[in-house]
Amino acid sequence: MEATTYNYKVVRQFAIMTVVWGIVGMLVGVIIAAQLIWPDITYGIEWLSYGRLRPLHTNAVIFAFGGCALFATSLYVVQRTCQARLISDGLASFVFWGWQLIIVLAAVTLVLGITSGKEYAELEWPIDILIAVVWVAYAVLFFGTIVKRKTKYIYVANWFYGAFIITVALLHIVNSMAFPVSWLKSYSMYAGVQDAMVQWWYGHNAVGFFLTTAFLGMMYYFVPKQAGRPIYSYRLSIVHFWALNFIYMWAGPHHLLYTALPDWTQSLGMLFSLMLIAPSWGGMINGIMTLSGAWHKLRTDPILKFLITALSFYGMSTFEGPMMSVKTVNALSHYTEWTIGHVHSGALGWVAMISIGSLYYLIPRLFGREEMWSVRLINVHFWWSTIGVVLYIASMWIAGVAQGLMWRATNEDGTLTYSFAQSVNAMYPFYTIRLIGGAMFFAGMLLMAYNVWKTVAAGRVVNDARIPETVHA
Amino acid sequence: MIEGYAVPDFVSDFWHWWIAALTIGGILFTLWVVVSQTTRRLAPGEQAEVMEHRWDGDLQEYNNPLPRWWLYLFYFLIAFSAVYLVLYPGLGKFQGAWNWSSASQWQQEKARLDAKFDEAIKPYLQVDLNSLASDAKAMQSGKRLFLTYCSQCHGSDGKGSKDFPNLTDQEWLWGGEPERIKASITNGFTAEMPPLGDAVGGEQGAREVANYVLAMAGRPHDAALAAAGKDKYAVCAGCHGEDGKGNADAGFPNIVDAPSRFGNSEAAIVEGILKGRKGGMPSQAHLGEAKIHLLAAYVLSLSKGQ
Repeated sequence: MEATTYNYKVVRQFAIMTVVWGIVGMLVGVIIAAQLIWPDITYGIEWLSYGRLRPLHTNAVIFAFGGCALFATSLYVVQRTCQARLISDGLASFVFWGWQLIIVLAAVTLVLGITSGKEYAELEWPIDILIAVVWVAYAVLFFGTIVKRKTKYIYVANWFYGAFIITVALLHIVNSMAFPVSWLKSYSMYAGVQDAMVQWWYGHNAVGFFLTTAFLGMMYYFVPKQAGRPIYSYRLSIVHFWALNFIYMWAGPHHLLYTALPDWTQSLGMLFSLMLIAPSWGGMINGIMTLSGAWHKLRTDPILKFLITALSFYGMSTFEGPMMSVKTVNALSHYTEWTIGHVHSGALGWVAMISIGSLYYLIPRLFGREEMWSVRLINVHFWWSTIGVVLYIASMWIAGVAQGLMWRATNEDGTLTYSFAQSVNAMYPFYTIRLIGGAMFFAGMLLMAYNVWKTVAAGRVVNDARIPETVHA
Repeated sequence: MIEGYAVPDFVSDFWHWWIAALTIGGILFTLWVVVSQTTRRLAPGEQAEVMEHRWDGDLQEYNNPLPRWWLYLFYFLIAFSAVYLVLYPGLGKFQGAWNWSSASQWQQEKARLDAKFDEAIKPYLQVDLNSLASDAKAMQSGKRLFLTYCSQCHGSDGKGSKDFPNLTDQEWLWGGEPERIKASITNGFTAEMPPLGDAVGGEQGAREVANYVLAMAGRPHDAALAAAGKDKYAVCAGCHGEDGKGNADAGFPNIVDAPSRFGNSEAAIVEGILKGRKGGMPSQAHLGEAKIHLLAAYVLSLSKGQ
């Protein structure tokens, strides 16, 4: 018999865990930000040392927080826009519990110092295999639902989620290829500069597809829904979808400018990164212009504030990134705090804020309510987050440019003007401002958790959302 | 292939053409995507059509034309890339019309700084180290070199830290004469003390020897343990000497006069005996004689407390 309701259970599970892992991941971020000011703050305990907590932070916020947000929203969006229940409740459950297991294994192994040493791909090979298995299950679940959709056309959000699912599988499998020497240790299958190139082909496309394409999918559902307006341009979505996915694939070498990577590869990385401005902004335009005719809603609706501010940060960081890919700029910015600032303008400003906005839309619907327990708290959360991000990225801009200039300054006699230790010493004020900004963003997540708790307590679990029988053209 | 680099980027011309064709094809594809979706502008007052599809109740799409400013930006970026690929390396092994390479850029920048350096610092080679150590201007340059090359281990103030020698205290492991300092920087050295726990009779023996060393140094110690350690110290005397004063010519440390960079407590000495110690400084010959000369003078000035 054909299903008459949507599977909200898996959406609910992932939505709640998004908030939980967001708090965990950002707390670790706050701790390592504090360690840069007070190196002994964790009493020299090796499990809490910077080198172990840093990959824990990145993995937790990207794959646990960001990942759960993407699972929750993609599995919600694909059902609603296809007017079809997920093809299998068992598979949905497997994806949820599999992903949670991966997160826990990651947290344990990284803290114990078990790592393959590849940035954003630190997990050792048994966990990598588990990720591949869960990911394939997710792909089957998602595309299977698309196949049995009742609507004639595939909604644009699903194009983006689909591209993300296919590409991340490709990236993860190719970059994680390794020779195991024991259960907990392996060596990359690639050597030298090839290894670096494969790693950053993966690394930048993790940014491109996990943190961009997928969240654009989220944007394409929740922005028009919350604004109550049609998407600005179908045509623009076609152009920027294909251009974005095609061009992103070439951008990785910009992580390796002025290294042993051949010059031709570096040039291609830089040029395709530059061209990437246009398709990236295509997404921003389509999101922000969707609001045209309804700008007044921004004044009163804190969810829209989250969504539109996220798009603004997206536009800003996708301009900043290409600029940093220009060899001359990169010669100054590379290896400095500017890079950290850039990442967080994308990660906090875009990824986290679009997720938070979408969750504030989603959670009441999963618990049978019209809206969150407190809309005022959403507004407070919005301001804390926004001020937090601005403090974070502004301090890191100044810190990074100062570092870059100090490292290259020379005297009349050809000697360096500053020692490395002096450039480290110059960072303290900026590290402090960054810590304050990060802590504000983290505090906002605690507010969110409280609001979610209250919403859940006052609501009821929705397992009977009916699939409408009428199918529009 | 860049001069001075032994390995070409491509094992055969096929890959050169492959890369060049993919790159040009990729840019043309991007251009085609944009051009194929370029339509006329909306007339003033004209509304964009709403696509007929509808999802999840109310999700709809307008079909506005691509914004012009965005379109021009895209064309500009594509044109910029095409021009760049003519001028700079990018299309396989084609070096670009300007013949630029990152290696040659680095070489030019280094040559520029080296020229400034040679002009300012080469003349100091003619000055003997003792005089140079009193030359305030030379020592400013020396200090900056020290901060760049030496401070990572010896500290910004030259006072070292645990495991790294203090250069300001006139105690020298390898001799403090000006030319000896210069030779140490040029050649570096390695030093090693083997673990000697078995030779002195385990941890108890190590404690006895440690107290004997403390007694020789005139530091607080346990007299009974020190007496028991006297004979066992013979194991150590081969290098550190009967009196513990070592031999700077061979790099055997004086263990009674100098504060040790490994610590002077009984526990630190016992640890050294049981586990051995490793020391060493890498050769800095790659800096060239002029920099080493100035650095030696600066280190000399540190030890003179100037």
